[in-house]
Amino acid sequence: MTFEASAKLGGGAAGTRFDAIDPRARVVAAIGFAVTVVAMDSVASVALALVMAFAVAVAARLSARVLARRLLALEGFMAVLLATLPFSVPGDAVVALGPLEATREGLLLALLIALKANAVVVMVLAQVGTLEPVRLGHALNRLGVPQNFVVLLLITVRYIAVFQDEYRRLRQAMTARAFRLRSTWHSWRSIGWLMGMLLVRSHDRAARILQAMKCRGFAGRFPVMDDLRLRGPDVVYVLAIVAPVVALGLWGSL
Amino acid sequence: MLAAGGAFSLGALAVSLGRLKPEDIPKTAVFAAVFFVCSLITVPVGPTTVHPILNGLMGLVLGWAAVPAIAVALLLQMVFLGFGGLTAYGVNLANVALPALVCALVVRPLLLRAHSPGRAGLLGALASVGAVLATSLLIALALALSDPAYLTAAKLVVATHVPLMVAEAAIGAAAVSFLWRVSPDIIGGAK
Repeated sequence: MTFEASAKLGGGAAGTRFDAIDPRARVVAAIGFAVTVVAMDSVASVALALVMAFAVAVAARLSARVLARRLLALEGFMAVLLATLPFSVPGDAVVALGPLEATREGLLLALLIALKANAVVVMVLAQVGTLEPVRLGHALNRLGVPQNFVVLLLITVRYIAVFQDEYRRLRQAMTARAFRLRSTWHSWRSIGWLMGMLLVRSHDRAARILQAMKCRGFAGRFPVMDDLRLRGPDVVYVLAIVAPVVALGLWGSL
Repeated sequence: MLAAGGAFSLGALAVSLGRLKPEDIPKTAVFAAVFFVCSLITVPVGPTTVHPILNGLMGLVLGWAAVPAIAVALLLQMVFLGFGGLTAYGVNLANVALPALVCALVVRPLLLRAHSPGRAGLLGALASVGAVLATSLLIALALALSDPAYLTAAKLVVATHVPLMVAEAAIGAAAVSFLWRVSPDIIGGAK
């Protein structure tokens, strides 16, 4: 089985020093970082944590364009929250917008949340997003995630690329028949049919996959072929990520 | 709030993983992949565009297996596309998977008794709209419960999901009536 699709998912460069680090160490470091950052309540600490996350992203050679696009999407998601907070938190008014007054406390809280969310997302994308999904699956398995969840994850990743191609072919066929995706009932219904068609085809394919897996003796688990061994540098790596951010948190709460 | 959502998700995930038979894994995974691809489609609605959540449809197609399928899809989105924070994963999963589960347990049996593609489509639309509405309400609830300062945002979150509900109604109706005619066994019916 090839997982070439997987490399495209995250958008990191291959062949960095990061590949040598045990994927479990990277998952644990990302979780440690996220939990600590979310618990912080000083803007300065979180800002420094964000700088740290960007430094890791640079070291992991995460493509700047991909990262910018992901962060823009994140900002879009949080727009509602960030735009309303300054007006809904009580405190000293700084700016008045008609009857609405933005407070200093509200602006600070919005800034804090934006910085936290960005720091966590940058760190996760840099640490875990640059892993090949297969290695992520193995890492999760070794970290105690149930086996059938990991198998599910691995097969899903494998078939995302397949159905992306299938989707593209169907859309191409529609385009050839002068279909344009617009804001009309006709467009939405056509997309519904397209999804229905994808489901029908995937249903048949799933039956064949199951037969093929049964032929190879599948009984609910894959033999996990990895040689993951936690070595000294991996532990040092986790500490190098988590210790500074814990220090930042303590410094911020002084 | 994060802890409560996380605990709920963990429980639902454990139950649904227990119900997931080994021979159902390929089907669940393949459907999860299809829904992942479909949720990346940018659908124009009026002046804006939306990405469908499709949790209603997932519930109808996958039943209980919708929970691990959604868990996998959200994990991949979080890790590789940067959608959603790591610490909010549990709450996110609950917000999306709970409505899917309700669709699976309540609407799916009705779908089995539907006797025309139009009726099936209507149920598809209802499930899709209901699931998106429920997800937006759960997000709003989670926001409002974590801090009263989020109350304004919580109300707006529901409003911003209205265009999505419109598009998902049409998509869900078309997809379900299509499946009802073409391959009823996918939505639990006999061929």
